[in-house]
Amino acid sequence: MRFNISVIIISLSLLSASDHLAGFQILNFKEFEHHLHQYNDTTYIINFWATWCLPCRKELPDLERINTEYRDQKVKVLLVNLDFPDQLSKSLVPFVQQNNIQSEIIVLDDPDSNFWINRVDSSWNGNIPATLVYNQHYREFFPELLNYGLLDSILKLNTIKQ
Amino acid sequence: MKKQVLNFLLIIISPLLFAGGIHVGEKAEDFRLKNVDGNMVSLSDYKDAKGFVVVFTCNHCPYAKAYQDRLIDIDLKYKQLGYPVIAINSNDERIVPEDSYSEMVKRSKEKSFTFPYLHDKDQTVVSSYGAERTPHIYLLNKEGNNLVVKYIGAIDDNYKDPDAVSQKYLVNAIEALLNGKNPDPSYTKAIGCTIKMSKM
Repeated sequence: MRFNISVIIISLSLLSASDHLAGFQILNFKEFEHHLHQYNDTTYIINFWATWCLPCRKELPDLERINTEYRDQKVKVLLVNLDFPDQLSKSLVPFVQQNNIQSEIIVLDDPDSNFWINRVDSSWNGNIPATLVYNQHYREFFPELLNYGLLDSILKLNTIKQ
Repeated sequence: MKKQVLNFLLIIISPLLFAGGIHVGEKAEDFRLKNVDGNMVSLSDYKDAKGFVVVFTCNHCPYAKAYQDRLIDIDLKYKQLGYPVIAINSNDERIVPEDSYSEMVKRSKEKSFTFPYLHDKDQTVVSSYGAERTPHIYLLNKEGNNLVVKYIGAIDDNYKDPDAVSQKYLVNAIEALLNGKNPDPSYTKAIGCTIKMSKM
C-alpha cells in the first residue's frame, strides 16, 4: 500500500513537471482571436510559425532580437505556434529549450484553418511564416519571411511614441 | 557560407517567382514523372479516367503524413468512379533530405500507397501548377482534350482527426463532378508545409 502511494506521488510529481515543461497556453481560434485586436499603446508582432517549418526557424532569431531590443518600448512579440498539439513534448518543448526562446509562445490548436486563416487576414493563403504587425494606428500583414532590418524599420516608423 | 546565404535567398525569393500557377477554371498541363516503382507516369496514360485528384505531398511534413491514410481511402473509392489519386513530391531533397526519391519509395511501401507517388525532381510540375504547400489538392476534370482545374485546396477541415471532420471538401468536390456540377467551394485555404523550392 505504502509502495502504491509513493508510486502515485512520484507519478503525480512527474506529471506536474512535464506540465510545467510544456507550460504553453493552447488555444482554439475563438480563444485566441482577441490577440489580433488589442488597441492600446503597444505595437504587437504576431508571428505564425511551427518547428517543422524551416524558414520559420530561420526567422526566429530576428524576432527574438526585436523582442529583446524593443523590450522597453511597448512592443510585444507573440509567437503563435502551429505544431501538432499532441507532439509538443517532442517538437516545441525541446526546440524552445535548445534555442532559449524568450518571446511569449501560444499554441494555436484549431483544425478548421479554412475558416480562421481569413479571420487573421483575407490575403493570407495559409503558408507560414506569416506575421501581423499592428497597433491602434497601423496594421499590416506579411505572408512572407521577415528579417530584423525590415521589422526594425517598420517599428521605427509605426510604434506609438510615449 | 556565401552558398548558404544564396540558398537562403533563393528559398525566400522563389515562392514569389512561382506565385500564380493555375486557377480554378483554367487548363492544367500533363506531365511525365518517375513513380516509386521506377516507371514513368503521365496523366495521358489513364485513358478511362474522368479526371484526377492531383495531390502535392511529401515524406516529412506532419500535415501531409496525417492525410495519407485518407488519400488511400479516397483513391480506393474514387478511382473506380474515374478519379484516381496521383501523388507528387516536389520538395528539394537538398533542403529536406527526408524527401529524396529513395525515401519516397520507403514511405510508399510503409503506407502501402494504392496510388502512384511521383518525383517532381526538377520542380517543373509544382511551378506550373503553383502548389505552395503539402498537402495541396488540384482536382482536374477531363473536358474534351483538356484537363480543367475544378477545385484547389484542402482535403477536409480537420487535419488532426478524420472522425471530427465536418466538411469533406475534396470528396464533396469529386461528388459534384460525378453529378455534373461545379464544386462549391472550389477553393479552400489550409495551413501546410511550404513546398521547398530550390531554383529560379
